[in-house]
Amino acid sequence: MTASAPADVPAGVGEPTPAAAASPLRPAGPRAGRLGFGLGRASRVGRAGRARRTRRVDLLGLAPFAAYVAVFLGAPAYAVITAAFKDGAGHPTLSNVTTTLKDPYRHAFTVSIELSVLSAVLGAVFGLALAIAVSGARRDGFVHRAVTTASGVLAYFGGLPLAFVFLATLGPQGLVTKWLNSAGYNLTQHGFVLWNMAGLVLVYLYFQIPLMLLVIFPALDGLRPQWEEAARNLGASRRQYWLRVGGPLLAPPFLGALLLLFANAFAAYATAYALSTGSVPLVPIQIGSVMSGNVLAGQDNIGNALGLWMIVVVGLVVVAYTLLQRRTARWLR
Amino acid sequence: MTALVWADSENPDSPAVQSPATPRPGRAQRRRPPVGRALLLLVFAAYFFIPLYAAVDFTLGGSRRNMGHTLSVWTGLVHQDGFTTNLMTSLKIAGGTVLLLLVLMVPTMAWLHLRLPHMRRIVEGVCLLPMAIPAVVIANGILGAFKSWPQAITGSSWILILEYVILALPFTYRSLDAGLSAIPLTTMVEAARSLGASWPATLWRVVVPNIRTAIASAGILGAALALGEFTIANLLLLNTFPVWTDQAGQQDGEVATTASMLILFLSWLLLMLVSHLGRGRTKKSPKLRRSK
Repeated sequence: MTASAPADVPAGVGEPTPAAAASPLRPAGPRAGRLGFGLGRASRVGRAGRARRTRRVDLLGLAPFAAYVAVFLGAPAYAVITAAFKDGAGHPTLSNVTTTLKDPYRHAFTVSIELSVLSAVLGAVFGLALAIAVSGARRDGFVHRAVTTASGVLAYFGGLPLAFVFLATLGPQGLVTKWLNSAGYNLTQHGFVLWNMAGLVLVYLYFQIPLMLLVIFPALDGLRPQWEEAARNLGASRRQYWLRVGGPLLAPPFLGALLLLFANAFAAYATAYALSTGSVPLVPIQIGSVMSGNVLAGQDNIGNALGLWMIVVVGLVVVAYTLLQRRTARWLR
Repeated sequence: MTALVWADSENPDSPAVQSPATPRPGRAQRRRPPVGRALLLLVFAAYFFIPLYAAVDFTLGGSRRNMGHTLSVWTGLVHQDGFTTNLMTSLKIAGGTVLLLLVLMVPTMAWLHLRLPHMRRIVEGVCLLPMAIPAVVIANGILGAFKSWPQAITGSSWILILEYVILALPFTYRSLDAGLSAIPLTTMVEAARSLGASWPATLWRVVVPNIRTAIASAGILGAALALGEFTIANLLLLNTFPVWTDQAGQQDGEVATTASMLILFLSWLLLMLVSHLGRGRTKKSPKLRRSK
């Protein structure tokens, strides 16, 4: 299992009709009246809720949840963030934060971001290609069903098992390595190992492509055939339709998916760790090795500073993703 | 970048697009010659199946020993040092995670839908937070935040159960929210309450049975997560099945790959169950409408 699991997956896995299930959710927003059209029940719930809303007692129902999250997510996050600004003796300092912007760590960030961008872009492009290819197939046909089910499962497939699966495939003793050897092509002589950039991207794509499928399928399904018909009837070519209608409509969900894939790769730890036993300079792996005690004297909180930067990067990505999701929701439901 | 991506992403489809298929919209898709599409699907199928085939082959000793296949690694797994204890630990952690997760989240989500619908956005945001904070960072934070806590909690499976509930929140929110949105919750609860049912009775006997599919998928997803999680357990130096697998891998690749395949099959089984549950529910209504 990947460290950071995708948010949109369950909707895709468990509920093939996320749009239908999610739409009653919207009337709770500011545009309740308009969007609640046809969903009388849902909007009435919203309004009835508003009348009772002033009662503080109702908020008490959320207390256990809030307390739990505050203790088991809030406290660790707070600990990381505050420790990032303290030195070994507990005095406030900026040195951790600035040290982590210098070289062994800056290099790690470069490598991490490069790996995440590469695997996200390739995963998004291949995933979209596959989604388009599959969306041409009949909806309840075998291909469509097989691909959606498989991607539901594979998007979760990261971490340790994935590393060992690829070691058995392209590792020194791997099956494909041996096939290629007997065909006269030596992988390692050509500079390919599983734990360099190319190898890691290849491995990461194994969960990035299915994740892309899960995220982009609802958006593709949201493109109504009527829109294309309308464009065609007005004289647009297929190219023009995609350039002026389909493309702009799909662009926000596509970019959103790209961000999700980036965050997913950026946070992943187990796969790279198991493939390289910690020798690849990725940020999560460096945090891990700092935690295991491999750190210079007086830099106790380097791991926390690295963690702070990770939160900043992923946090920005998630915020951008949420904004894009909101844009998407206007049309593709 | 968007333009570039778009140009690329349309390529696989373009042979089909440019073909002189009938321009009748809607139907056109089915008439397109599917050669390019079939080829594309084949390439992807190879990419996704060859590694699995290779791994299974590896665990059967095929490619490595260049002699006949044997089940010996699989059968020998039970006798490996620490296999049973760590597997049991992981199963217990998974069970504990699911239990705690549901006890915490089912009432919370029901309450949210009934009384605080305007706060759903906020709670959803909170539930998505574990995505913004990588597991490595959470692991690091646990060391700092719970320093003064009793070792019995922070040095044992308990801390993993408590934290896996957090990691599972994004999935749980989605599952339960979809389940609760699909039923006339307010009507049901008002009916139960006006007939004299207490709050716990309403929850247990009205709400829970009506969203059992959503509860089941939330629980299964939580179990799959807890079974496969490696990062936090490894960094906190706690022994779970994935951690044991990694250690085994430093001595014996075959054992580690076999154990990995075991985790994989276990979680696949669970996840297939989820997608089956989901399909069963949504298929029912159109079928009913169509046939009878």
